[in-house]
Amino acid sequence: MSNTKYTYAVARIRALEVSLFSNAFIEQLLSLQTAEQVIQAVIEKGWGDVAAQSDAEAVLAREEEKTWEVIRDVAPDMSVFDVLSYPRLYHNLKAAVKAVCTQSHTPNIFYDDCPVSGEEMLKIIEAREFSKLPGDMGRIAQEAMDILLHTGDGQLCDICIDRAALEAVLAAGRKSGEPIMENYADTTVAIADIKIAVRSQKTGKTADFMRSAMADCDSLNTDQLIRAALAGAEEIAQYLEGTSYAGGADALRESPSAFERWCDNRMIETMKPQKYETFSVGPLLGYLIARENEIKTVRIILTGKQNGFSEDAIRERIREMYV
Amino acid sequence: MSELGIVYALLGAAVAVLLSGTGSAIGVGIAGQAAAGVVTEDPGKFAKVLIIQLLPGTQGLYGLLIGFITLSKIGVLGGGLADLSVQTGLLILAACLPIGVVGLLSAIAQGKTAAASIGIVAKKPDQFGKAMLFPAMVETYAILALLISFLAVSGIQV
Repeated sequence: MSNTKYTYAVARIRALEVSLFSNAFIEQLLSLQTAEQVIQAVIEKGWGDVAAQSDAEAVLAREEEKTWEVIRDVAPDMSVFDVLSYPRLYHNLKAAVKAVCTQSHTPNIFYDDCPVSGEEMLKIIEAREFSKLPGDMGRIAQEAMDILLHTGDGQLCDICIDRAALEAVLAAGRKSGEPIMENYADTTVAIADIKIAVRSQKTGKTADFMRSAMADCDSLNTDQLIRAALAGAEEIAQYLEGTSYAGGADALRESPSAFERWCDNRMIETMKPQKYETFSVGPLLGYLIARENEIKTVRIILTGKQNGFSEDAIRERIREMYV
Repeated sequence: MSELGIVYALLGAAVAVLLSGTGSAIGVGIAGQAAAGVVTEDPGKFAKVLIIQLLPGTQGLYGLLIGFITLSKIGVLGGGLADLSVQTGLLILAACLPIGVVGLLSAIAQGKTAAASIGIVAKKPDQFGKAMLFPAMVETYAILALLISFLAVSGIQV
């Protein structure tokens, strides 16, 4: 009966999906005049808690915590979710390497909600105890530190760690044995590669730079993507048209913000069929992505309202909702 | 040899009760996990999900019914054991197989369908009637098996 181990979790997630925001509610938020009204409207929907009160950042941070609390509570095996925790883990590594190498202490640069907390990571890097880091991270940490200390090039150090993070995500997806996790990992890496190609094209980076920043994945051919990026923005769009990321081509031609929105919408599209699954980890992942997407969208609306953006300018950046 | 006849007949009753009962226990268990998940978040849906959870439980009752009929037919319940030939004993065993096997498999399948239907109730409580129908469809085949087992056990001359 091993294929029924997610039955309880999925049923609980089904009950929680009811309280996810719909596109109609996001429209309502958009029509509100001020950021205060927006935060008040989401608080009325049960967001935040007593401690957060009506402080926008605290409310959003609390919602992120709540999502992970639910997943930790219902998931029979958290190792499947390594795919999602790796980006934060590698972010902590990057922040710790830079903090140690530059001997600076900037507050609030770490995620504490991951397998190795910021404080712990900082101690490990300061003491050069790389063997304490999980998996291949020790080697990456050593390499990144050497790069930063020898060349002083922060970007080179970034791409070394970012590429390792993408490869770790891909490996964790394959190791999970869950098709949806593999699909998610592959889509994440592919979208990251496309973003690298787009940004490298805009900043005139070399093929070698792109090759060292991109991770290989199943749904994209990185060599072709690099060739397209060297030829120009239109060539990237043309290459994407022949892949399963065809929608990205139009978004790319439209505007940078439309492209960023497409990246998130593409992930939600990948997740949508999980609404009809009953016995797999898919709905848990779908819920997690949906909540992250929802929080990001509310943050975009809040920032837009605070900075006096017009309703249309904010709408251009609004993500598609899961429900 | 006549002792072996009653053993086969009793084995038939045991198969009917054991297999269908096991199926129902698994089925109700699967649906129960889903029901517990929904009630954790929304206790107001308890009554609705409980009804759906119980649907895979009927196979166990069908097995029990065939078991009772078999036991009373061979005299285990009435007091005087019937003198059964091996052939008659095997006939009764064969008659008990449909509800045993179909009961086991249909209850597990129904449990899974019930778990999925509980998902409908979680998201759209007003669609309870439709949600009930999907697992109820699986019931049809358990009833057909019950019918054949019932007719067969009743039709065997002891």
